[in-house]
Amino acid sequence: MKAPVSGRIHSIETCGMVDGPGLRFIAFLQGCPLRCLYCHNPDSWKRGGGREMDAQELVDEAWKYRSWMQASGGGITLSGGEPLFQPDFVLDIIRRAHKKGMTVALDTSGFGRLQDTQACLDEADLILLDIKTPLENEHKNLTGIRADQPRATLEYLKNINKPLWVRHVVVPGLTDSRESLDALKAILLNIPSMEKFEFLPFHKMGEEKWAEEGVDYSLTDTPQPDKSFMDGIREEFAKAGIPL
Amino acid sequence: MNEWKGFNTGNWNNKVDVRDFIQRNITPYEGDESFLAPATQRTLDHWEKVAELMKEEVKKGILDAETKVPSSVTSHGPGYVDKDNELIVGFQTDKPLKRGMMPKGGIRVVQNALEAHGYELAPEVSEIFTKYRKTHNEGVFSAYTEDIRKARRSGVLTGLPDAYGRGRIIGDYRRVALYGTDFLIGEKVASLAKLKTPIMDEENIRKREEISEQIKSLKDLTKLGEIYGFDISGPASNAKEAIQWTYFGYLAAVKDQDGAAMSLGRVTSFLDIYIERDFEKGVLTEEEAQELMDQFVIKLRMVRFLRTPDYDALFSGDPTWVTETIGGMGVDGRTLVTKNSFRMLHTLENLGPAPEPNMTVLWTPRLPLGFRNYCSRISVTTSAVQYENDCLMRTHFGDDYGIACCVSPMKVGKQMQFFGARANLAKALLYAINGGKDEKSGDQVGPEYSPITSEYLDYDEVMAKFDVTLEWLANLYIKTLNIIHSMHDKYNYESLQMALHDDHVYRTMACGIAGLSVVTDSLSAIKHAKVKVIRDENGLAVDYEVEGEYPAYGNNDDSVDQIAVDLVELFMNKLRNQKTYRNAEPTQSILTITSNVVYGKKTGSTPDGRKAGAPFGPGANPIHGRDRNGALASFATIAKLPFEHASDGISYTFSIVPQALGKEEQSRVNNLTSLMDGFFLDGGHHVNINVLDRDTLLDAIDHPEKYPQLTIRVSGYAVNFVKLTREQQQDVISRTFHQVM
Repeated sequence: MKAPVSGRIHSIETCGMVDGPGLRFIAFLQGCPLRCLYCHNPDSWKRGGGREMDAQELVDEAWKYRSWMQASGGGITLSGGEPLFQPDFVLDIIRRAHKKGMTVALDTSGFGRLQDTQACLDEADLILLDIKTPLENEHKNLTGIRADQPRATLEYLKNINKPLWVRHVVVPGLTDSRESLDALKAILLNIPSMEKFEFLPFHKMGEEKWAEEGVDYSLTDTPQPDKSFMDGIREEFAKAGIPL
Repeated sequence: MNEWKGFNTGNWNNKVDVRDFIQRNITPYEGDESFLAPATQRTLDHWEKVAELMKEEVKKGILDAETKVPSSVTSHGPGYVDKDNELIVGFQTDKPLKRGMMPKGGIRVVQNALEAHGYELAPEVSEIFTKYRKTHNEGVFSAYTEDIRKARRSGVLTGLPDAYGRGRIIGDYRRVALYGTDFLIGEKVASLAKLKTPIMDEENIRKREEISEQIKSLKDLTKLGEIYGFDISGPASNAKEAIQWTYFGYLAAVKDQDGAAMSLGRVTSFLDIYIERDFEKGVLTEEEAQELMDQFVIKLRMVRFLRTPDYDALFSGDPTWVTETIGGMGVDGRTLVTKNSFRMLHTLENLGPAPEPNMTVLWTPRLPLGFRNYCSRISVTTSAVQYENDCLMRTHFGDDYGIACCVSPMKVGKQMQFFGARANLAKALLYAINGGKDEKSGDQVGPEYSPITSEYLDYDEVMAKFDVTLEWLANLYIKTLNIIHSMHDKYNYESLQMALHDDHVYRTMACGIAGLSVVTDSLSAIKHAKVKVIRDENGLAVDYEVEGEYPAYGNNDDSVDQIAVDLVELFMNKLRNQKTYRNAEPTQSILTITSNVVYGKKTGSTPDGRKAGAPFGPGANPIHGRDRNGALASFATIAKLPFEHASDGISYTFSIVPQALGKEEQSRVNNLTSLMDGFFLDGGHHVNINVLDRDTLLDAIDHPEKYPQLTIRVSGYAVNFVKLTREQQQDVISRTFHQVM
């Protein structure tokens, strides 16, 4: 095998229990081209931050937790930052993990040119896809990038019938309009390989990190969505046949 | 015998062999909890009365205490709280929650404890136990050497059972139900007759005397039954009697002894056999079976001892360690989980959470999934259960072992231990640096070796001196324990509990260590960073400055974890070299209970950057806040500690907020099951599971009345959170609660 590819890591969580099936070794990759207004990890934006690690080191580190992966049907989750910002690194991790019999999930916004990311999407075992907004003209305002690449990624994933867990953050005033929810529903009903969909309520736990990064946070006055609203839309989507 | 009709026969019919009875008659259960029944109205009414008394007790400190009649198997009773609704009967004294006194352990302790609670010891009791009858405590101090006293005072040896009962002995209380007392007496009489040794030395004389004492105790046990209107000379003939007989055995033990841990053993699946037989006969329903178990548990929740404030500071929250061992697998591959294993855990739902009995599940991924998930569900909702690695222990102890206290495995009825509290290894490290001088008092406690005088600590130099210090400590420690246990046998022998053992008992000398994570991080700092020594005007090292970063214990990093592994083995090997009382096999535990706070208080600043007085991590836990790689990294670090060199148990306390465990209840349950499956596959020994919000705990500090049953697992046991001292509450809250990222 060739020399392992190096990449940048923000941090590691050895016991992820909500990002994919089973107990998961989560590597948060450093660097993200998106600037989501509600981001709770702005410290993972900078490309040069974090620490360097090579793909083999990362896989060896994850391998230490194989007892838990075996017991739970878990594996590695690559999150971020945006993992597809470092596609060569991601691909090398996936291949080296597979050699050891570990599965890899990718937690992504769908960023990246397909020519760069296609192999990662092909070879990952599961994609956790975050649909930021179903409204294409809102995408840039909300995330700092246009919707083209994420949509192309979604279309590609549908074509290859890749198992998907789709997630969507509900931010009052930004993504909770009727128009937005209807558009989201239409997209979701058209993804046959989607195994699971999750609404995530907006929270402000990352707010201090924005100050630490020296960036203005625009959602200080935005409330968390209330529970009855969340329950209502969950019920509505479940009734429509979306696997929640 | 008529009472045995309907059971499969075997070796157990001819001699005491409870395991054989279980193996031939058990009905393993592979299903889930859907069969369980709620508490009956009768139980709820009864529990309400008891809960009322307990509330009053929390307000007053203790509800009542005996001041005149020393406790014995037959000293008190009968006592009832609610006779019409009480299905299982018997209290330690004549009233519920009234504390008995046991002066054989030490008269001054009894006196101090009574005084602390506003009671006065009857002068005649005081006279008897000072003038005519020597106590264990007096015996110990008459033999202690000057260096032992110094080590005890400084806190390098702490928590020693020299002023309280040693406990951690499990009588096989099931024998009372299966055989009745006459059969057991007959066996012991025969043993005494067979004991024809060619020489009559001290050892053989002691053996003869002990068996005679055991026979006397069994006769008293028969009388205890009579006091409550039962004839327990024969075997129990149904489930209700089996529970009552078993409880009488246990009750006799807690009337006779106030050992630190008075554990129950492994009775749940044994009792299931009687319940199944009654089901078969059509004389018992599921509701009634649950009612019996609920009421049995109410009694176990009411066990009390008279303790001094000093003792409470060490073992906070009034624990009794009525440890009951549940689940596990048989050596033949069948599970030992029965429907009654579920019923036992279900009492936590029917009666609400409680610290006692100390429910201990023997876990392996091979346990039926229905049971594993039920356990996880109970942990998520009550935080009242601890888990221990059945595969790890079954290899050493077979499939009929029980847990005494928190983490100490022993074959039920065949093995006991001499409980030895623990040595403070963090302090020992400071002695190595200071040439045997105590860092707080400046006293010469250890041998006068040359101290380290360099400005920065050198790893090899520290290790060489630490090794010599540990050599001294191991020797002094065992000497101390030899004195304690020789005197305990002499003045406070547990004749009732030992009567429920085989004649040939395997003994361990159960040592322990505190401060493992402090020493490990200190050595890691010395090795991987630079540690500067701050000395006072007398040249005593009193503080340390760490320059640079070092890998900390609890992050699954071998460059530091191996230091811990080596340390455990190093100290164990030094203990193994000592000559022990009754040739007991030395073992050790990595367990502090709540004493990590007190040990920390007594220990000066350490080279890891921990400041003087700050608490240690409990048990084998990392220091609060130094585990930064998530929960599995800490689990994996703990799992590396070698059980073969810490076979008295390795305690780990894990706390997590519910949201981090999963989004809804079912995924929390599944994830917790996986978490434990993985940990025990990885070789971990023990884990306390707390699923709690920190906010709940903070609120409970300010509004204790809102949380009378809030239960939290500390190190090896569970406590009512509101019964902890303020300091310990703060310690619990400051510990790592694993959160979502």
